[in-house]
Amino acid sequence: MFAYYLQLGLRSLRKNPLLTALMVMAIGCGVAASMTTYSVFRATSNNPIPQKSSVLYVPQIDNWGPEDAADNKGEPPPAMTYTDAMNLIRDHRARHQTVLYPADLSVVPNDPSMLPFRENSYAWYTDAFAMFDIPFLYGSAWTQDDDNAHADVAVIGRELNDKLFHGANSVGRDISLNGRQYRITGVIDTWNPSPLFFDVVNTNGFDDASEVFIPFTRAVDLKIPTNGNNNCNKDPGPGWDSWIHSECIWLAYWAELPSTADADSYRQYLTGYSAEQQRSGRFHWAPNTRLRNVTEWLDYQKVVPQEAKVSLLVSLGFLLICLVNTVGLLLAKFMKRAPEIGVRRALGASRKEIYAQFLIEAGAIGLAGGLIGLLLTGLGVLGVTLVFEPDIAKLATLDVKLVLLTLLVAVMATVLAAFYPTWRAAQVQPAWQLKSN
Amino acid sequence: MMQIKPILAALKRHKAGTILIALQIALTLAIVCNALFIIHQRLDRVARPTGLDESNLMAISTRYVGMDDKDTGAAIRGDLAALRQLPGVEDVVSINSYPLRGGGWSTGVRVNVDDKKPKGHTTLYFSDEHTLATFGTRLVAGRNFQADEIGEADPKSVGDPAVVIISKALADKLYPDGTALGKPIYIGDTKKPSTVVGIVERLQVPWNGNWSDTFFENAIIEPFRLTGSFTNYLIRSKPGQLDALLKAAPAALYKVNRMRVIPSDRGVRTFAQVRERAYRADRGMAILMGVVCLVLLAITAAGIVGLTSFWVGQRRKQIGVRRALGATQHDILSYFLTENLLIGVGGVVVGAVLAIGMNLWLVTQFEMARLSVLYVLVGVVALLLLGQGAVLAPALRASRVSPVEATRSV
Repeated sequence: MFAYYLQLGLRSLRKNPLLTALMVMAIGCGVAASMTTYSVFRATSNNPIPQKSSVLYVPQIDNWGPEDAADNKGEPPPAMTYTDAMNLIRDHRARHQTVLYPADLSVVPNDPSMLPFRENSYAWYTDAFAMFDIPFLYGSAWTQDDDNAHADVAVIGRELNDKLFHGANSVGRDISLNGRQYRITGVIDTWNPSPLFFDVVNTNGFDDASEVFIPFTRAVDLKIPTNGNNNCNKDPGPGWDSWIHSECIWLAYWAELPSTADADSYRQYLTGYSAEQQRSGRFHWAPNTRLRNVTEWLDYQKVVPQEAKVSLLVSLGFLLICLVNTVGLLLAKFMKRAPEIGVRRALGASRKEIYAQFLIEAGAIGLAGGLIGLLLTGLGVLGVTLVFEPDIAKLATLDVKLVLLTLLVAVMATVLAAFYPTWRAAQVQPAWQLKSN
Repeated sequence: MMQIKPILAALKRHKAGTILIALQIALTLAIVCNALFIIHQRLDRVARPTGLDESNLMAISTRYVGMDDKDTGAAIRGDLAALRQLPGVEDVVSINSYPLRGGGWSTGVRVNVDDKKPKGHTTLYFSDEHTLATFGTRLVAGRNFQADEIGEADPKSVGDPAVVIISKALADKLYPDGTALGKPIYIGDTKKPSTVVGIVERLQVPWNGNWSDTFFENAIIEPFRLTGSFTNYLIRSKPGQLDALLKAAPAALYKVNRMRVIPSDRGVRTFAQVRERAYRADRGMAILMGVVCLVLLAITAAGIVGLTSFWVGQRRKQIGVRRALGATQHDILSYFLTENLLIGVGGVVVGAVLAIGMNLWLVTQFEMARLSVLYVLVGVVALLLLGQGAVLAPALRASRVSPVEATRSV
């Protein structure tokens, strides 16, 4: 029966090619616009570390007071001071913990014909590698002793390893950063979570992969400046030492807390810590702290760009209009065939069979619309570089999932749109139709 | 006009089709109004002048590798001297940032030493007496810096400048009576005043996003060259020499000192490229919304053509009867045009409410401005015209139905 109805449907579609083409194009355009913008939305609202997003937390401590917080709906600053970060590290209330900042490092190749170049680099504690599930190609992270000894060690990325060592195992060899030698303890495999959750504040969530990591303790010794934001509510005074001991915020802090009970006790700890800072006279206000996990943090930092949301909404509205359009055209098309329906019903076809016939016809239109939509989505995904930052645009891809979704949305939407016209078609009174002819 | 009653009676028998066309017009109006509004906002932003003479201007960003911070001042002076000697260079400065670059410094400014709250927000540019010539910015009052007023400063501890040049927008904000020249201003939380010695016509901040919209033309130029490993060189070329300098300038810098990084991406750019990059998202959004509008209008028009054609087909017999009873072709034509107008008016009334509702919702969700009623009015007129245009072809076909049809197949 299915094949027969499909054949009937295709024949009827051919009978009125202009109307059919109109419906197919409308559905194709609507679906393509929605899918293209959805591909960007999907990339930017992605969970970058699903297996751990509920156990990795960002603590925030209000070290600026209610006057500054008032500008930000009462929220504490989004980054941390060196003083607070060091106190939290010392107290060690989380299983794994790290403080981190984008270090201003340039790589100086041993090959004298190569010019120095920059890579995205982070200074952090060795715990970060385990916390963020970073895969290693060669070697391993540096040790906690290296952290404590402020050692000149580094972990580099696969791409940098290819560039400097032609892909060979470089563990134990030296790399020159800002003209100083560091011993490589490990090479990580390709790793670029997106959104770049661990440093949203400085990257807005999207950047090239980081290729160099060195111990935080060493970076601070060497006074390596941050390549990210530094915000001060008052003049920190001259020199590095007065800066790091000021109330300027420039560090990201991460803690791994395996259970909600751990998170709760960490919250209490943060409140207690702030109360202690208040007692000691550093804070002149009641504790104001936050503890957000990865998903909450990305949401709070508004990682999904406004453009992605607005364009998705507009596209969905667009699809809705295309569907209303399709409902109208299908209604016209189906009702034109009222005499034919009357004959079929008189010859014994049940309402159910009329439903099947017309919904299959609509499904065929939907499928054709989906194929056009797929083509246009492909073009759209290529075109997103026009609308979005290159770092974001390159994340929008037409993968198998999106292809299937495009076809599914097209067919489902068209069949949904066909329900009312089909119901009307099924209501046709055979006697009336036969009589009037 | 006498026709309205019978038209309404006829539409009652085609409720579904009527509602569908009206709904489509309503939704289209809602989306097109908001999309046009977004386009206008974005294009307005793109059209904002930076205050610079943007032709014959290029920027290089560079970073010394492994150099001690105390040596960078001399290194920057060396770079500047090398760049000045290049043929085709009109002027050059070392500066912390420039309009449309993206990153920079911002702070509050007070006019009295005891003020608790800043009177204005501003960006800070640190550079020397060559800045105005390189920017191509015009002084509207006062004077340029003198060579002996220029100092060098560590970015971590920049002192308070004795003299500053500010933009007119900031001058008007701080001293609304227009007397800023020669007056003191207090930058950040300092207790030491800086005297305004010059006011430039216009100078934009380095950012072009929403957050700087409230102070996008407030700028202060401080007479300090910042030391430190990172700097930008802004180079004004002699007319027609820019292309040659794009290669020659970085080569000259590497010749002075090759232990530096000039990023391959965005390290050396003409100002046109800076502008293109800064406004890519705005322009892209405008294009996207424009395409959506056009396709949407086309689909809505096509939908009206389709449904009306169907109605005309259905009513051939009735049209024939009317014609046989003495209705002219013009009567039939105006019947369908009026019918469409009635549906259209219904649609745009609902659509206008939807458009404003959608905008209000967008305002609460995103940093968007309120939709001006003018957009809705223009949209209403456009959609009504679109409907009339779309219905014209089927209506003309209807008007040509012969009275003979009345006698057929009954």
